Amino acid sequence: MRFDRRKDLLGLRDVSREEIEVILGTAIPMKDIIRRDMKKVPALRGKGIITVFYENSTRTRTSFELAGKYLSADTSNLAVSSSSVQKGESLKDTLKTIEMMGPDVLVMRHSCTGAPHYAARNTKMRVINAGDGINEHPTQALLDMYSIRERKGTLEGLKVAIVGDILHSRVARSNIFGLSKFGCELRVIGPSTLIPPDIEKLGVKAYANLESGLKGVDVINVLRIQKERQHGALFPSIDEYRELYMVTPEHLALAADDAVVLHPGPMNRGIEISTELAESSRCVVNEQVSNGVAVRMAILYLMLGGGRDEIAG
Amino acid sequence: MKFREKALIMDETAIRRALTRIAHEINEANKGVENVALVGIRRRGGPLAHQLASQVESIEGIKPPVGVLDITLYRDDLTALGPAPIVHRTEVDFDITDKVIVLVDDVIFTGRTARAALDALMDIGRPKRIQLAVLIDRGHRELPIKPDFVGKNVPTSRQEIVSVLVEEIDGENKVVIEELIES
Repeated sequence: MRFDRRKDLLGLRDVSREEIEVILGTAIPMKDIIRRDMKKVPALRGKGIITVFYENSTRTRTSFELAGKYLSADTSNLAVSSSSVQKGESLKDTLKTIEMMGPDVLVMRHSCTGAPHYAARNTKMRVINAGDGINEHPTQALLDMYSIRERKGTLEGLKVAIVGDILHSRVARSNIFGLSKFGCELRVIGPSTLIPPDIEKLGVKAYANLESGLKGVDVINVLRIQKERQHGALFPSIDEYRELYMVTPEHLALAADDAVVLHPGPMNRGIEISTELAESSRCVVNEQVSNGVAVRMAILYLMLGGGRDEIAG
Repeated sequence: MKFREKALIMDETAIRRALTRIAHEINEANKGVENVALVGIRRRGGPLAHQLASQVESIEGIKPPVGVLDITLYRDDLTALGPAPIVHRTEVDFDITDKVIVLVDDVIFTGRTARAALDALMDIGRPKRIQLAVLIDRGHRELPIKPDFVGKNVPTSRQEIVSVLVEEIDGENKVVIEELIES
């Protein structure tokens, strides 16, 4: 499968290594465009992109909008909280309404796992999953992979640790699906209540102890503690979490010499990551934001840049 | 699609002579090359721009800066093509503003690539003047664009393909006409 012939991007589970390489390779010239004074190319003139976020977002939605605008597409956002969704309109009816307005791509975030997949099946628009429940967040994982490759030169065979609430993390899942295609040695670190019991089936090693999990790793991806998803008492208190799992410069010293630290944002400084580490030159959190725009430009270009006749679905 | 080589248009020596002449013409037209920079259009315009810069250097003793322009995102046929073509980097690491920019390409045909290159160039600065140098002009223009410097005019039919081969990409320098034998 060639990435540019896909109708939708719903998750990295079924995206091949070759497709990921095309996306990451295309993001390099896209990043050049973001750095120019003139941040606009005409490639997607006349294309329409709509973002529909049923959950809050700062960077993902904004970066999709800017990515579309930098490529000359018209982007629009459906503000769910002030839309007819609040009057009880069903997802299917909302989708049909949007489709009839003519956009080519629907970028969708939803708290329910599988909602973008449902949308993809029920509309002619292309659908990009911008995060669905605890399932996948493919564009975040792609920008993480881009950021890692930019710093380390390669993804091949790297040791990558993902720290935090793995159970509720679509970012962790997409990273695992993506990075495992590049032969990375993957570790997840967190309280056992926040690690899915069958995670090792994905070829990942689980650690309850932060120090032993971080030994010798090339990449530390620190996840946000998602207060909105902590319904049960899965860890005793924020203070105890901080005590056991907050990543600090002392932890970075346990990793490989030139290890890099990622965080998908927004950061809870002083809970999962110390301010000192967040501000250090080894932490690429700000670069991740720029890379997010470049990677989303690459995805939009590859999905919309060519003709439609040869595209499956 | 299969192609058959129909005729050799230029060999290595002929290409070198043409580039030497173009280098002289660029020098003459701009009264020296102090303010001139060469920008090749990917892919084969890139190596040709470098070859041309060396020729200019051997005449004037000054090597003009050379950049490479990727015009994929500026093409007017993106949505008419099949899948989205691969995008490469534009590598122009000097300021083009107020310079005389000589765009370099291997073949001019419809003129649409040159049109895209003009747009791509103007998005990265404001040159004093833009000139166009091509190794081959094969006719069939669809836009009001005319090259300033031409290596060789080659009348062709639309069914024929003019292929410029360059050392850096193809391992040899030559120009051939090919024709489609089966699609």
